[in-house]
Amino acid sequence: MTEKKLLMGNESIALGAIEAGVQVVTGYPGTPSTEALETIIRYADRCGIYTEWSSNEKVALETAVGAAYSGARVLVTMKQVGLNVASDPLMSLTYIGVTGALVLLVADDPGPHSSQTEQDTRAFGHFANIPVLDPANPQEAYELTKLAFELSHEFEIPVILRTTTRVSHSCGDVELAIAEPAPVEASCEGFTKDRRWTIFPRLTAERHPWLEDMQVQLSERFSGLPYNSLSGNGKIGIIASGVSALYVKEAVKGFEELFTLFRVGTVYPFPEKAALSFLKGIEKLIVVEELDPYLEEQVLQLTGRAHLPVDIYGKKNGFFPVSGEYNVDLVIDGINKVLADLGEPSHLSHASPAVLREELPPLPVRAPTLCAGCMHRTVFYAFKQAAKQLKNGSQVETIFSGDIGCYTLGNAFPLNMVDTCLCMGAGMSIAAGLSRTNPEVKQVAFVGDSTFFHSGIPAVVNAVYNGADVTLAVLDNRTTAMTGHQPHPGIGVTALGSASKAIDIANVVRSCGVEFVRTVETGSLENCVEAAKEAMEFKGPSAIVFKGKCVGITKSGTRLTIDPEICTGCGFCVKQLGCPAIFLPAGEDKPLIQDSCSGCGLCAQICPSGAIREDGVKE
Amino acid sequence: MKYDILIAGVGGQGVVLASRMFALAAMKAGFRVSTAETIGMSQREGSVSSHIRIGDEISGSLIPTGHADLIIGLEPAETIRNLPFLKKGGKILVNSHAIPPASKPPGSPEYVPEALLAFLEAHVPGILCLDFTQLAEEAGTYRAANVAMLGAAAGTDMLPFSKEIILAVLETEIPEKHRAVNRAVFEGAIKKIKLSSGHPDQEQKVKSNV
Repeated sequence: MTEKKLLMGNESIALGAIEAGVQVVTGYPGTPSTEALETIIRYADRCGIYTEWSSNEKVALETAVGAAYSGARVLVTMKQVGLNVASDPLMSLTYIGVTGALVLLVADDPGPHSSQTEQDTRAFGHFANIPVLDPANPQEAYELTKLAFELSHEFEIPVILRTTTRVSHSCGDVELAIAEPAPVEASCEGFTKDRRWTIFPRLTAERHPWLEDMQVQLSERFSGLPYNSLSGNGKIGIIASGVSALYVKEAVKGFEELFTLFRVGTVYPFPEKAALSFLKGIEKLIVVEELDPYLEEQVLQLTGRAHLPVDIYGKKNGFFPVSGEYNVDLVIDGINKVLADLGEPSHLSHASPAVLREELPPLPVRAPTLCAGCMHRTVFYAFKQAAKQLKNGSQVETIFSGDIGCYTLGNAFPLNMVDTCLCMGAGMSIAAGLSRTNPEVKQVAFVGDSTFFHSGIPAVVNAVYNGADVTLAVLDNRTTAMTGHQPHPGIGVTALGSASKAIDIANVVRSCGVEFVRTVETGSLENCVEAAKEAMEFKGPSAIVFKGKCVGITKSGTRLTIDPEICTGCGFCVKQLGCPAIFLPAGEDKPLIQDSCSGCGLCAQICPSGAIREDGVKE
Repeated sequence: MKYDILIAGVGGQGVVLASRMFALAAMKAGFRVSTAETIGMSQREGSVSSHIRIGDEISGSLIPTGHADLIIGLEPAETIRNLPFLKKGGKILVNSHAIPPASKPPGSPEYVPEALLAFLEAHVPGILCLDFTQLAEEAGTYRAANVAMLGAAAGTDMLPFSKEIILAVLETEIPEKHRAVNRAVFEGAIKKIKLSSGHPDQEQKVKSNV
């Protein structure tokens, strides 16, 4: 019996995977993909599924591959930049293939809302010769997940389920075939030794024609699937995939006589047969897609090969934007531009809002910031003080390199403490590089605890081996905070919450050969400043592991108060820290501490007049 | 049938939770539903909005400009930021309790909540504005301002489903230990909004808490 549930796209992927009999699930958290693995963790015990948060995406994929080589059905989850980390094993895996089934969930982030790139995984699928399915909403995400497992099993190849933020983080009513996830029937024959599992030039040469032939077979299969569908009956064709197809549907509502929409759900290999039958009789084609002009290139190629006289309007000729997230309004504008170019009389119209954007009054900038009481603020502030003292004493400047995590927000005003940020684990290596070209400047690198295990360790090894003069600050808040508090190897807890061996970061750093290693609790700013100074004065690589709490998962301490009798209204606390719990009411000169205070006490430690106290006079 | 709701606020105010409540209520009432939620970076004191689309036609989860039937603003500035989504004749429910940004980067305009509330009053006729944070606090916890606003929306009969349906969703979705206080906030808001929409008192309606 089917059942309707309100599910987020990521949740429906998880339930689809469980229904498809997934046995092993690995991944690294990354918005917007994270909730898929988190949902499976909820059912893991009941359904007998092995789940883990791996230390990075490459490790996650390789672990999954071992299980798939044994005949298991496996899922690996990551975001688009995570796929870059996993690309090395992936590019070889595509030649070798799998038994069982292996599905990669890769979530793209047009916009981008929380990513360092706007790359397109459809293009990656093409690059790697891996089929890519592109759902438009949570219902399709559920169905295409099951299809991905079927295809992977049948063709013995990995399959990418590619979503975007508006699919992964959209909630919808999803019709499930099975109301409650049931135990997975474990059929896993185990690993059989065979030369096919060992990639060698000879094997590669043998497998490459198979791989190419597979693309043709898959394209044929895809052409017959209902996920590539036609609607409308007009003379102007529109091709779209994923959530863009829904934007088109809404944009052309009421104009179905003018347009025919071809929705592509299986984007790579391109379903050529289905596309050709759509293109026959169409002279004008509009391509609507976020990120890369992937479909556009496919149809350009296809119409060229088939000598079809079709004019194609998309990103390449400037009718649609090449970057950023799409929406209905943007799609209407693009289609209208095409219609105007064609001299068509009927133009799609926008709804007229109650208030136009131009009429809005100036609004305050509300940038994301470190939480009230976040330990990172103490560490950043400590290094700011240490660097100031260094500059005052010996005129030495400091460059601060960060990377990906909550602590990237250390770049925000007024801390301004992240001078470089490239990708996961790059802080230490970029600082090492900077040290070669800026020998007179002090280099400090920040890395989070989870990121340290993700890809920080090789950078430490390299800095030591090559004698780079860099101070590493590990911001150990005992969790993977940015993505929703997943555990990591430093915590001593697995994805399912059972106890495991905790890997001590200070010991790892020591064993990498760093001679100056300190561990400091972040409760005392003075201790943090002292440690920062010592580490920066040390010649050669040095490291401090700062241990503190993530206020997102720990209990708050006593809220602080500002004694208005003692407060001089200097505003130091507001101007220096940017703590969201301290604010200066408009027109007032003395700040207040709000309910969101978690009692870290940093403001009390910097207040020049001692007006901020735990036991302060209540206002 | 189509009914688009946009909820706007600041990270930590419970925007996403409120949108889930609406979505579940819509499903319970037999509608199809789709939401778009802000998750991740912006949640840390940044601007947050959720789109809830209710109706039979399956659409993308983002509400187009000028389509929202209702905007629920948990904070004045964030309400205005999302105002272009409101259709002509659409309704607005706004919490007068302002949350100033954590820091004021150079060039960021001054935050004067009174001026922004006056702007809303002037541009959207029939706006319903109360200090829902205070209302929630009086009933037990300032954190339940989002539930107070759900109650207010239900109490004014502007939704395509009944307040009983939302209440039933609250009962199943809110952990037991918080249930009683949330129910009190919800019902308190219904009462209050009936009073306030019955006797429009401009003075009280634009009063800010900061």
